[in-house]
Amino acid sequence: MASTPHLDPASAPIIAPGHTFSSVTDKIASIVLARRTPLHWFLGFTIAFSVAQLVLLTIVRLLFWGIGSWGVTVPIGWGFDIINFVWWIGIGHAGTLISAILLLLKQEWRTSINRFAEAMTLFAVVCAAQYPLFHTGRPWIAAYWLLPYPNTMGLWPNFRSPLIWDVFAVTTYASVSAVFWYVGLIPDFATLRDRAKNKLMAMVYGIGSMGWRGSARHWHNYESAYLLLAGLATPLVVSVHTVVSFDFAVGVLPGWHATIFPPYFVAGAIYAGFAMVLTLAIPLRAWYGLKDFITDRHLDNMAKVMLATGLIVAYGYAMEAFFAWYSASSWEIFMIRNRMFGPYGHMYWALILCNVVAPNTLWVPRLRHSHAWLFFISLVVSVGMWLERYVIIVTSLHRDFLPSSWGMYQGTVWDWSFFIGTIGLFVTLLYLFVRFLPAISMFEMKTILPGARVEEHHS
Amino acid sequence: MAQIFPKSANALAQASIIVAGALAATAGGALYWLQRSPYVTRQHETREQPVPFSHQHHVGGIGVDCRYCHTAVEKSAKAGIPPTKTCMNCHAQIWNDSPTLEPVRQSFRDGKSIAWTKVNDLPDFAYFNHSAHVNKGMGCSTCHGRIDLQPLAWQEHSLQMEWCLECHRNPEKFVRPQDQVFNVAWQAPANQIEVGKELVKKYGLKPRTSCSTCHR
Repeated sequence: MASTPHLDPASAPIIAPGHTFSSVTDKIASIVLARRTPLHWFLGFTIAFSVAQLVLLTIVRLLFWGIGSWGVTVPIGWGFDIINFVWWIGIGHAGTLISAILLLLKQEWRTSINRFAEAMTLFAVVCAAQYPLFHTGRPWIAAYWLLPYPNTMGLWPNFRSPLIWDVFAVTTYASVSAVFWYVGLIPDFATLRDRAKNKLMAMVYGIGSMGWRGSARHWHNYESAYLLLAGLATPLVVSVHTVVSFDFAVGVLPGWHATIFPPYFVAGAIYAGFAMVLTLAIPLRAWYGLKDFITDRHLDNMAKVMLATGLIVAYGYAMEAFFAWYSASSWEIFMIRNRMFGPYGHMYWALILCNVVAPNTLWVPRLRHSHAWLFFISLVVSVGMWLERYVIIVTSLHRDFLPSSWGMYQGTVWDWSFFIGTIGLFVTLLYLFVRFLPAISMFEMKTILPGARVEEHHS
Repeated sequence: MAQIFPKSANALAQASIIVAGALAATAGGALYWLQRSPYVTRQHETREQPVPFSHQHHVGGIGVDCRYCHTAVEKSAKAGIPPTKTCMNCHAQIWNDSPTLEPVRQSFRDGKSIAWTKVNDLPDFAYFNHSAHVNKGMGCSTCHGRIDLQPLAWQEHSLQMEWCLECHRNPEKFVRPQDQVFNVAWQAPANQIEVGKELVKKYGLKPRTSCSTCHR
């Protein structure tokens, strides 16, 4: 089943021709139900799982030594913890956008990528959550300053603080994404239950399917529930990163205190998210022979979304500089000059190279249709988005209003190990996901087959 | 195709939702209660002392004023534990051969303080000033309870922060006339809130609730 090459992916079908209902199910279910786990899975999983151990190692070190093992210090009190938090949370946004907004807009091409994009969202939130949880070095006290509960101190979190809004935004995001993902899996769980080769597997998938029999009533309820959930998830695409941007924009620091932050952060999140979906989709379709389902057209569409959001982000960078000049505030002007030409100037220009210059190569169809180039660009964008958060956080903090309190920041080996460890954790979870759950929605794929189209007859 | 689950699985699945909810609520409630229980706070628990000193006898029975022993209470942060010499003022004359009081005489002879067990022990990160309270209409018994009824002293309240804040947020509920501060048997009048509000104004009470008031 080699994929048919199309001269123009933009008009190609969203599923390779020749597929039937059973061939779609066979292809996707076989990855999960195969008795033998492919060797490359074991190899990849072992590497990722080993890297994930860095998370444990860093946390143990953190709990025994405190956050002195990290690079944060006055005046840079926010370092890798918040950089990585924002980076991971941003990555998750593509999943929600694909699953909710593209569903409501009836963008059928989303069907083959929504399942693993949602999984990616959840796993990114898991990674992101590590940072706020551990950033004080005393996670057991996180309970009372993160969550409002009747504690013996008679204390409530500061509801006027954007940090507490962030807690609600992220927990809502995580729970809605998890429910959405699970509800989407129910019919596929039933398929796996029916095809399971042994009793245990049948029971596990059977519990997951919640007694799904595929009756018309089931489908009717299901479709309404799924649409309602999509409606619930839609505002989250915009709200979560808006609230994350408030963490900065509500502060009075030059470089943070800007009205452009919410839209600019949301665009950046979707940009980073699509880069990550591409980073995952390109190898996934090659390794598991899924090129019929995740077609060149999908990659082309995602590349275009990435390019469009990248341009919004570039506009954000331009506006930051413009505002600094237009404000005529000496603090703002100093901040942007320091950001561009100060001690972290090289990071700023690297960020411009990664996030503004590199993705513009995707205007050229030949480059956009080259999978190797697209994969490379999506990695570059991920790096660029990380640099963006680094530049925003560190350059705004390190030289504030009082020159006597200026300082420099650098992540320590433990900062890096925590970051690399969460990447390992993310990849580990993805490996488990691909092996145990259908990475592409089987029942939704069938709805886009030509055989699923019923002609309507009007009398 | 054979059924994987028996028919009862439907009922079990539905029940599991209720059971999970009930379990979560119970666990939350249990934690809420446990954290405030005497098991955690050691409230109302008498402590062993090197000499079984009875406040009931000295305060309730004889009528010794609090300040006879706790001399610093109006002037300093700590009320002060009396030196052995204070005990000997009387016990050199009465009960001066009681075996129970031997540790007191021993301490008097060799000049080593009696190692009393602290009953109301605030955490080290919380600052408390006795003089600030007793000079502003806060009575001893508001925090220490009816000490005149305690044979061996116990901790009357939880000493948890919510307990401190209860008064710092609503001082009118607890404030009393200045001349009643050392009256251990003082009872709040029926119109306490009314009187309390007057007293708050009269004494200029502005109990602060900012972090650094107590966590200095």
